[in-house]
Amino acid sequence: MSSPRGFEVAEVTGATLVQDLGRPGWSAVGLGRSGAADRAAHALANRLLGNAEDAATLEVVGQLVLEGVGAITWVVVTGGRGPVLLDGQLVGDHAPVAVPPGAHLEVGPATQGLRRYVGVRGGVAVAPVLGSRSRDVLAEVGPPPPRRGDLLPVGAAPATPLRVDQATPQTVADSPLRVVAGPRADWVHDVHALVGTAWTVGEQSNRVGVRLRSAGGSPPPGLARVDPGRELPSEGLWRGAVQVPPSGEPVVFLADHPVTGGYPVVGVVVDADVDRVAQLRPGDPLRLRWA
Amino acid sequence: MAPVHRVLSYGDRALLVEWAEVEVLPAHVAEAVLAGCGDRCAVAVPGARTVLVVASPGTTPADLVPLLDRAWSEVVEGAGASAAVTDDLPVEVRVVYDGEDLAAVAEHCGLTPDEVVAAHTGTSWTVGFAGFAPGFPYLVGGDPRLRVPRRSDPRPRVPAGSVALADDLSGIYPSATPGGWQLIGRTEAVLWDVDRDPPALLPPGTVVRFVAEGPA
Repeated sequence: MSSPRGFEVAEVTGATLVQDLGRPGWSAVGLGRSGAADRAAHALANRLLGNAEDAATLEVVGQLVLEGVGAITWVVVTGGRGPVLLDGQLVGDHAPVAVPPGAHLEVGPATQGLRRYVGVRGGVAVAPVLGSRSRDVLAEVGPPPPRRGDLLPVGAAPATPLRVDQATPQTVADSPLRVVAGPRADWVHDVHALVGTAWTVGEQSNRVGVRLRSAGGSPPPGLARVDPGRELPSEGLWRGAVQVPPSGEPVVFLADHPVTGGYPVVGVVVDADVDRVAQLRPGDPLRLRWA
Repeated sequence: MAPVHRVLSYGDRALLVEWAEVEVLPAHVAEAVLAGCGDRCAVAVPGARTVLVVASPGTTPADLVPLLDRAWSEVVEGAGASAAVTDDLPVEVRVVYDGEDLAAVAEHCGLTPDEVVAAHTGTSWTVGFAGFAPGFPYLVGGDPRLRVPRRSDPRPRVPAGSVALADDLSGIYPSATPGGWQLIGRTEAVLWDVDRDPPALLPPGTVVRFVAEGPA
């Protein structure tokens, strides 16, 4: 029996969660897919390390300090930009760095974007739940959030060699996100209010969804329900769905969205743009445009 | 009137199939969709009168439309047959009928509380779809007299095991969550357990029979 190899959580503030590509196939019993909120950043971390794309990474909002245990392990940080330090020395993100046993890797809070992904060569190897290592914060299924003192085991290094020294970080675009009209667009007075409103990301946003507030204050009248008394029988939701609850302030659903919902989906963000929604911070401005 | 269905746009990865004028089990439609689309469909999420169909990578939602139309025809043709030939025994769920909303439900339905219990236990229900929380069964096909609105003030916390009514559906809360359904009783049954195989006690398609149990 070899000694453990991986990382000890030396410090964690905010929310760090283990994520992979999620657990598809449970929606019929009411459990959603979950998985990395910014799928592209998660995939990039694995690619840079030669991992399979379903290897688990750490999704970090806030600060995380890891201490190497057992053996040298390659690590990379992608997603939101910000400081990465190895034993106090800035080493930068989007570039694999070797972390020896006893060394401290500090992943600071993002200064651009919100979610940072810490990939480790071999993948974070905590025990999967229902076939996935993703933590679903709505259903409370999956590995519990790592806490100070926890040991995060690392899987066997893949045969694929490390080939890339550094990747070009994704730039944080401020262009409008593309959206198409949703299945219940006719349940509100004027669905064009989605693209005609200057939105701000609300404080209550999380992995379930991002809440949009009108920068002007009150919700746009166009998103008021045509027939407020009409109830929508519960129907399936998907990542990127823009649902309008009775408040008139839309929610753009992310990785941990409910499987079904009873409020009208009036728009759907184009799949390729949903990862950008996951990098928005409360207070950020946001515009939508028709695809 | 002939059973109708229509296919609604749901972004660049998915479609929503909606139907009317026909009683089909949403879970059966979802199964037919998955069978009919093969590997071109990644996910089919049953709702009350809809199935959300998500295309696999490399397939566009438009590619799925003819397959969905064919799957729908098969469901409608088979609807009568599949409803009649279920030889599975119903799953019994034992309930203590002391819910906080039992009296209000009785008044709304024009029944006594005992008659509500008799109606709830008198016929079998079927899990039409699941959602809201993992393992939450939306039960259809019960006594038509049990039709109540959701509460106008949802509770911030409904205890796990609460047996409830809303619209013409019954449901059971697998875990303590906020909830707006009318509570008529409680059960000790464990609806969801990730360490059990399968984790959901009442997956879609399951026939359920409620049995009244005296207060402990």
